[in-house]
Amino acid sequence: MARLFNALGGTFLAFFQYLGEVVLLAADTFRSIFTHKLRWKLFLDQIVEIGLLSQLVVVITGGFTGAVFSAQTFFQFNKIGMGSATGAVVSVAICRELGPVLTALMVAGRVGAAMSAEIGTMKVTEQIDALRALAVYPTDYLVVPRALAMMVSMPLLVAECIAVGIAAGYFIAIFMLEINGTYYMANMVRWTRNRDIIMGLSKAFCFGILIVFISCQKGLSAREGAVGVGRATTEAVVNSSLAVLICNFFLTMLLNIIYPAGYQ
Amino acid sequence: MLTVRDLMKTIDDQEILRGVDLDVAHGETLAIIGRSGGGKSVLLKHLVGLMQPDAGDIWIEGQNITGLSERQLSAIRQKIGILFQGAALFDSMTVAENIAFPLREAGERDPKVLREKVREMLDVVELEGQEEKMPESLSGGMKKRVGLARSIIRRPKCVLYDEPTSGLDPVVADSINRLIRRLQKRLGMTSIVVTHDMKSAFDVANHIAYLHEGRIYFYGTPIQFQQTSDPILEDFLLGRSAEEREDTVES
Repeated sequence: MARLFNALGGTFLAFFQYLGEVVLLAADTFRSIFTHKLRWKLFLDQIVEIGLLSQLVVVITGGFTGAVFSAQTFFQFNKIGMGSATGAVVSVAICRELGPVLTALMVAGRVGAAMSAEIGTMKVTEQIDALRALAVYPTDYLVVPRALAMMVSMPLLVAECIAVGIAAGYFIAIFMLEINGTYYMANMVRWTRNRDIIMGLSKAFCFGILIVFISCQKGLSAREGAVGVGRATTEAVVNSSLAVLICNFFLTMLLNIIYPAGYQ
Repeated sequence: MLTVRDLMKTIDDQEILRGVDLDVAHGETLAIIGRSGGGKSVLLKHLVGLMQPDAGDIWIEGQNITGLSERQLSAIRQKIGILFQGAALFDSMTVAENIAFPLREAGERDPKVLREKVREMLDVVELEGQEEKMPESLSGGMKKRVGLARSIIRRPKCVLYDEPTSGLDPVVADSINRLIRRLQKRLGMTSIVVTHDMKSAFDVANHIAYLHEGRIYFYGTPIQFQQTSDPILEDFLLGRSAEEREDTVES
């Protein structure tokens, strides 16, 4: 019994220590953003890596999610004669939930893994020690450009995912499910408000911050060679994804107070 | 130049350093020798603030660096270059970009100046014409030379070498030793060389410090070290294990 309590206590302590490390890294990064010069080349490189090279993944995710969601909604709504309400449901759901969450999960898998692996490899091959020895603060050089690029890229990627998802839903509804385009569009525009889009983009910004700090922290704390880097990369993706899903619930509840859903 | 007092460090319940005392004068080359896993590299990392001690002090040019934050250490680190055991080159950069990195970070942007400085450093480490190569295409010896060029491009007052000849064949190792001596003569740099290669230690050092069980067990000139009758030092010098010594005594 005592051993069980010991193990549980150890796990709790390790969890809170990990949370503390992520928060300290975030605090250090924000301090650095406001007090030190930005390395523009590294920032633009990261914009390309995070923003530009994630286009295909985001477009495919948004497109097929919008299409399948549109079809499923129509199959259910059509039974009660509300097929033309499909557009409104698809649009609001993609703006408020599916767009930000699915984009964040894809970015966590693609970009978070790459960040963690790259920084982790630098850690275990003493390249981060070399940076420090050359009087370069690793947070300034490695984390700040990635964090800023993520804060800029994520809302844009989510906006793109939302747009592609809604467009794909529209095309499926009009050309395959033969819903009346005018009603579909009218309902969609009537029920989708600016606050739905703002909510989606706010979530995108928060998810971007979660992914970048969790992934960078995992990379910076990587140990024990190739195995350690592999473990750090896996944990970065898993932890980022879980953090996105858990925080999404709390953000939804919080943002729904500020930006309530529905036609009001 | 550098003073260490009563330095202690424990890692994972293992006492690595148990009160190291050391003095290094300006322009001197000190070789820190000792058995593998004896804490030589840990000591070296403390000297540039890459590790923080549990107790003790390190003074560099009169300034105590223990307890300083990473940002405060930056000013100190500009006075010290370090060559890592595996060279620790940035693998996403070419040789030229690696060598120019400290200058670029210090604010030098003129490509002509950077090119000229890189060429000068490559000349010092005898690697002319290798600017555009990536680290992965270099041999172990070449990587160490590039790492050395990167660490001295800002003309630090002191250079720390972590096992500069490990993993190199004797000819390349000898060329690295010559390079260390030449740097000391040409640029007047203080050098601290961590090694377990006795030939390297005798080739480059003015003084030798033997680290044993977390303390400096011997400090003296290479000649004093060679003339010692201390069994521990003799074992190290002759590459003799304790069992072999006992066998010798018995026979």
